[in-house]
Amino acid sequence: MEIRKIEVPVMADLFARGEKPEYLFWVGCAGAFDDRYKKVVRAFAKILTHLKVSYAVLGKEETCNGDPARRAGNEMLYQMQALQVIEIFRMYDVKKIITICPHCFNVFKNEYPDLGAKFEVINYLQFLNRNIENGNLEIDRDSLDNISITYHDPCYLGRANDIYEEPRSILKELTGNLVEMHRNKSFALCCGGGGAQMFKESEKGDKEVFIERTEDALKTNANVIATACPFCMTMLTDGIKYKNKEQEIRNLDIAELIAQSIDL
Amino acid sequence: MTKQIVFTFALLLTLSAFSFTIARIVRFFRFTRPAFPVKDFGKRIKVMLTVAFGQTKIFRRPVIGLFHALVFWGFCVIIFGSIEMVIDGLTGTERALKSLGPVYNIIMASGDIFALLVAISIIIFLSRRLFFHIKRFEGIEMKKISHIDANIALSIILLLMVSLLTMNTGYIEYKAITGDATVGLFPVSSVIAGFITSGQAESYGLMYEASWWTHILLIFLFANILPYSKHFHVFLSIPNVFLSRLDPLGKLPNMDNITREVKLMLDPNTAFTASATDTPQERFGVKDAEDVTWKNYFDSLACTECGRCTSVCPANITGKKLSPRKVMMDLRTRMKVKGPLMVKNGRDFKDSLSLLRDYISEEELWACTTCNACAKECPININHPTLIVDMRRYLVMEEASAPGEIKTLFNNIENNGAPWQYSAEDRMNWAKELEIKVH
Repeated sequence: MEIRKIEVPVMADLFARGEKPEYLFWVGCAGAFDDRYKKVVRAFAKILTHLKVSYAVLGKEETCNGDPARRAGNEMLYQMQALQVIEIFRMYDVKKIITICPHCFNVFKNEYPDLGAKFEVINYLQFLNRNIENGNLEIDRDSLDNISITYHDPCYLGRANDIYEEPRSILKELTGNLVEMHRNKSFALCCGGGGAQMFKESEKGDKEVFIERTEDALKTNANVIATACPFCMTMLTDGIKYKNKEQEIRNLDIAELIAQSIDL
Repeated sequence: MTKQIVFTFALLLTLSAFSFTIARIVRFFRFTRPAFPVKDFGKRIKVMLTVAFGQTKIFRRPVIGLFHALVFWGFCVIIFGSIEMVIDGLTGTERALKSLGPVYNIIMASGDIFALLVAISIIIFLSRRLFFHIKRFEGIEMKKISHIDANIALSIILLLMVSLLTMNTGYIEYKAITGDATVGLFPVSSVIAGFITSGQAESYGLMYEASWWTHILLIFLFANILPYSKHFHVFLSIPNVFLSRLDPLGKLPNMDNITREVKLMLDPNTAFTASATDTPQERFGVKDAEDVTWKNYFDSLACTECGRCTSVCPANITGKKLSPRKVMMDLRTRMKVKGPLMVKNGRDFKDSLSLLRDYISEEELWACTTCNACAKECPININHPTLIVDMRRYLVMEEASAPGEIKTLFNNIENNGAPWQYSAEDRMNWAKELEIKVH
């Protein structure tokens, strides 16, 4: 075994050399700035390298695509961000985008076309599942097989875009012990972080949504809550801490679970 | 002949009262805004067949959903009998559709069976409302009148089914005594008739006639109560499903007026030419009833207050004030108040109230996570989150009003291109010292 350094390719550098990658990997603000979520992005970048995918990131040229502003009602700010981002994509002639964040995925896939954007948007789970199915990505079944995993459906993959099967099919490759929470798939309860809630205190009530959802996960007695969204990651990690269950259950992103299983 | 005259009079009265009510409501639609063009008829018919006629979304709660589906399918079958009753009543014929032969037997038989199934379902619904504490039927928006409204409608439906069965029973008994052949098959009523052994032809004839009149007059009455009740959904749910928003739930409608403005801002060449053609600016977002789209208003009229939306709302589950059902009910109530005022005084008329704040508070609006659980759950495809975001749009863009942290969020995005206060320079920090094991 050898340890090799990864230089994450940046679009501007590639372009300067006259190269054009197949995919743009959209890191997202959480991937760039949230310490916990950086680990997820690192795991995914390792998988991309492992698969020898031709990709690049925007790096310092990336900016918020406007999603949280839009959900919070600031259409003006959203569209200003969106038109800037679309211009950057046009500049680099971006044809295919991979996102990890479901919120970024949704806004690119469903909302940017209204502003004249034309590109294919792929969520990382679809991408990973495709690579597992066509044999490019071989999962080491033995490494996680005895670990029980429960999957929390992010609203913006599930209900918003009907992506329910890909994460489950990946997780079934990873473990023989995938357990469902009683509210799952289109019935899944939100983590409480969507619609710009992530950035504010919640309104007065008798409970935090993330605690309600963490309780769903704890009831399954799983060892791992698999998530696929930066907000869900923050919310459910907080929930586990609040419930003092850090010893019993961990919150990991599907990309991290894959990277762990194939020991990247 | 007298029967025909009386019937025609009752029918005309029903139709004119009904048209009057509907016309009053239809007028309010001209105050609403465009939503989306109604096209893709293929897709719409498919949605209508699955969601409305197939009752797929009601089956998300399989047990109680089944009973609703039975009521719905029962109505679909029984309506053929009602149409025949209208023809008979107008023309003086007896069982005008009997020439359909075997098909007629099937229609009558299924109508007869469904009458029993619907009656049983309605008894279950009524008991749930009267004797059980169902959380879904409670909530700040559920006033006493909402419960009375529901119970009246259910009772009428129960009476309709009972009168249908007594009508069929009376018919069978009458024909059995007079020795005439019965037209149509009535499996359930035949069993009931089997229990009644004594009686004379006239009394059965009377039972049939009285039930016939009770049944048809109740239908006429029911049709005229519905538009004033939450049970308007009996008429509106199928069209509401047909007119569903076909976009993925995650997609918010684009504000094209903002796109024009932003493009002007970003393109200095057009900045001067545009100001000359400036038209009076429409309000951004939704403040009051006249700012909603025709689809929002249609949704609010079609809502039957079942509360499935609210029962799955993460904010509501955790005790926040937001209830998606209340948002729909508030819009309907507000239009009922403001609609007539606008008809009288014009679209720009202002009373001292507005949908926002006087009906729906900011606290409710900011509690929404836009998770779309409500819209996913709604059995008739009502879309609450788009309206909630439209109201946030008004608050933010017209009043610059938002919770403090949300304003910080906006500032951060504007200044650093990220929701948090980090510099774009640090965007590649995650990739530092990244290593991979090569096996």
